[in-house]
Amino acid sequence: MHIVVCVKQVPDWDIPPSSFKVDEAAKKVVPPPGVAAVTSQFDAIAAEAAMRIKDAGTQAKVTIMSMGPATARESIKQALAMGGDEGVLLTDDAFNDLDSLGTATVLAAAIKKLGDVDLVLTGRQAVDWDQGTTGTYIAEILDIPVVTFAKAVSVSDGKVVVERVLPDAFETVEATLPAVVTVSNELGEPRYPKLPQIMAAGKKQVTVWSAADLGLDAAALAPKLTLEALYVPVVDTKVEIMPGDTPEEQAMNLARRLKEAKLI
Amino acid sequence: MANGVLIFAELADGKVAPVTAELVGAAQRLGAGPVSAALIGSGVEAAASQITGVDTVYVVDDPALAEYTTDAYTSAAVAIAKQADPAVILLGQTNIGRDLAPALAYKLGTVAAMDTIALEMKDGKLHTTRPAYGGNARAVNSFTTSPAIATVRPKSQEAAEGGAAGNVVKVTVDLAPSRTKVVERKVAAAEGVRLEDADVVVTGGRGLGGPENFNVIEELARLLGGAVGASRAVADLGWRPVAEQVGLTGKVVSPTLYIAVAVSGASQHMAGCSGSKNIVAINKDPDANIFKAARFGIVGDFKQVMPALIEAVKKVKAEG
Repeated sequence: MHIVVCVKQVPDWDIPPSSFKVDEAAKKVVPPPGVAAVTSQFDAIAAEAAMRIKDAGTQAKVTIMSMGPATARESIKQALAMGGDEGVLLTDDAFNDLDSLGTATVLAAAIKKLGDVDLVLTGRQAVDWDQGTTGTYIAEILDIPVVTFAKAVSVSDGKVVVERVLPDAFETVEATLPAVVTVSNELGEPRYPKLPQIMAAGKKQVTVWSAADLGLDAAALAPKLTLEALYVPVVDTKVEIMPGDTPEEQAMNLARRLKEAKLI
Repeated sequence: MANGVLIFAELADGKVAPVTAELVGAAQRLGAGPVSAALIGSGVEAAASQITGVDTVYVVDDPALAEYTTDAYTSAAVAIAKQADPAVILLGQTNIGRDLAPALAYKLGTVAAMDTIALEMKDGKLHTTRPAYGGNARAVNSFTTSPAIATVRPKSQEAAEGGAAGNVVKVTVDLAPSRTKVVERKVAAAEGVRLEDADVVVTGGRGLGGPENFNVIEELARLLGGAVGASRAVADLGWRPVAEQVGLTGKVVSPTLYIAVAVSGASQHMAGCSGSKNIVAINKDPDANIFKAARFGIVGDFKQVMPALIEAVKKVKAEG
């Protein structure tokens, strides 16, 4: 079977909140100097889900697909090092600043062009916009079923079986293939490739497609969701640190303050 | 012409779920025309008359809708949206809403803004504000297509109070056969107070060092009649059940008192608790991000602070 994993390169999400900056005029995030872009966390976990399907003994080709600037090749390479077989990089100036639907339109066109895809895996949401809609849009465009928020994914008899995470429940859902599954963090950590795998990944083929290769133009991708503003919210809470020379004094001061504030 | 706001009602245990009144409140405040509600499910018609503050309640009641599946619910939602023809559609950022909204949006030729926390009409167009970049930023969006669709974060909006029940209109639809099937559904057993409803939440983070150290979290929560929460790291490590996870990808809570113990306060965590009225932070790192959002703080090691705090709370409570 043929599995496509969609990965997105994003500004590093694992930085202290204090070093997170936004250029409000440009409506863009300004990464701290020297901090490189990384793969969106949930997408690396989607790649992990694909590798576990392989580990379970299913004969599968795994294609790692990313839409983004030329640097997105790095995210493709990382997932290839995890055990992906081939890469597809979708890059074009027409792909800049798309909304989720535009992104899904590009990814779906590339999946269609590959032709024989059985299963598409994406992260539950990208850690930049946190929309969590691209997987569903891909499924809608391709007119195939989608199962969201997977914590475990397996395939058998032309079906994908997904354990879904819900806040108060677990669901097991089956879908006919081809299908899209979006993967959540409860699946587990992505595997850490070893040096030989990283070296080998550099030699794996990465096909590059432009908008023209996919028969798309800027008009087909025009955002329907317009970004009006992007800013860092101001937190104006002033914390009152409890005085005290010992933990007991600090604790008693806190208990008294909570009592005064009628919170306990 | 498209007009008004359609909200998607949800039920919990056969009753109208709190998020429904919040959506009605948000829709009324938009002042964008008449507010109507959609109610989808099996055996739900009786609950339709309990939805208040709306002109019309559109109902699709069908045994095939007993379990949520994307395909069947989307086809029901599309039928209602076409009949109601609203300019704005609001859903809760719930299990159902976050799955249904993008599918509905696509079928209506539009898009959805997810997990919004503020909504307003500007020059007759919906503008939504939503957390982005793991809660580090806020993004304001507008729509070039109609209807504008947004999911609304639970507890981010004041609930509508009272009002008359709407006219119930039954919508008939040929439901799409579902390409997915729910084979099993296990409800996680919650002990004590439900996390989302708790007035006090005591949350433990990775800094606790191991699941065995949650005993002090549980004890303080019990003492205060509250619920136990966990950071994502803790849930991912398997120290606590996923159902206790507070954060962007877990539960959003807004208790009166939120006590975060050995929680660093990553943005994705704050996204789940920043609506709390009073945050107390206990952390040995004075620069931990959690202190920025806290009203009260103790800088110290939980190993010493927590037993002392449990004793202090007992003593203060005993003083009456």
